[in-house]
Amino acid sequence: MVTELFAPALYESLFPVGISRYVVGGLLVGLGAVVIYLGTGIAAGASTFLESTLSYVSDQSWFQRYRSSRDWRVVFTLGIIAGAFAYALTFQSGLVSSGLYEAGATGELYDVGGVTLWLTDVQPWRLFLGGILVGIGTRIGKGCTSGHGVCGVGSASKTSIVGVMTFLAVAIGTAQVVMALGVSP
Amino acid sequence: MSGNRHPLFMPLIFVGGLIFGFGLGFSHMARPEVVLNFLQFEDFGLLFVMFGAAIVSGIAFAIVPRLRDRAPLTGDTYGRRLKSFDRNVLIGGAIFGVGWGLSGICPGAAYASLGVGNITILWALAGMFVGAYIQGYWRSQRAVSETTPAGAD
Repeated sequence: MVTELFAPALYESLFPVGISRYVVGGLLVGLGAVVIYLGTGIAAGASTFLESTLSYVSDQSWFQRYRSSRDWRVVFTLGIIAGAFAYALTFQSGLVSSGLYEAGATGELYDVGGVTLWLTDVQPWRLFLGGILVGIGTRIGKGCTSGHGVCGVGSASKTSIVGVMTFLAVAIGTAQVVMALGVSP
Repeated sequence: MSGNRHPLFMPLIFVGGLIFGFGLGFSHMARPEVVLNFLQFEDFGLLFVMFGAAIVSGIAFAIVPRLRDRAPLTGDTYGRRLKSFDRNVLIGGAIFGVGWGLSGICPGAAYASLGVGNITILWALAGMFVGAYIQGYWRSQRAVSETTPAGAD
């Protein structure tokens, strides 16, 4: 990296594990969205699945608008889970390695039948309470990090750019406050 | 979108999800700790994931509609992802931001987190369904109280 040559200390503090795993991962996330777009014309987001799947079990009128897309959204989500599992089987398990992949040291690894799996250390109450707010906010706000952040920004949508700026700024403020209060992990 | 779907429609959606999920795993976005490290200014790598992905999709959204009129598996016209702007984008974005900042997890990354073995993320997924239900219940009730017929979106 060019930046490493002229400001190694700065680079090290901004990107302690380098940038390659982020760049490669981001390109793949974009590629996944593009594959679906090329074949179907759909600019997919991940959070609509939450509501469309509720239409299977809820009669609430709001969710019925998602009946026509709910089947493929389940398939999309299963694909995401399977793709992440393929990563766990290969890079996370050390079966495949690459100079572009930095394993890092977050959370805890555990082994099931030769496959290295991973567990978060973040406390369940944070995940559950945060999850509720994510569920409300992404659906009221018309999108999440994939719908607004990837497809919307990729579409140069002003709505999505404003949406991303909003949730990014608020999330940074929230995480800083939570950290300052001494909540960890 | 309606009517008979092409037999390759679902397989293609699955393959797209597969690549998408692999990318979320490889980039460690499926790990809440890494997202929190970004939000706490300890590792700015997340920017490369989000904007890297946005650049790739942006290239496709800009070029594909000029090359073809309709998508082969649906017959739908190629368009961009454009949503109308209103107060909800700010209110919802702010609520999402508090949840994301507290938990370090967003919907797509939560699905991927399950795939890397993180069963603890079921707390977040349960929360997301509860949250999605709360707002949908509220909006359903409001639609009933307002006599105007509900639009398609």
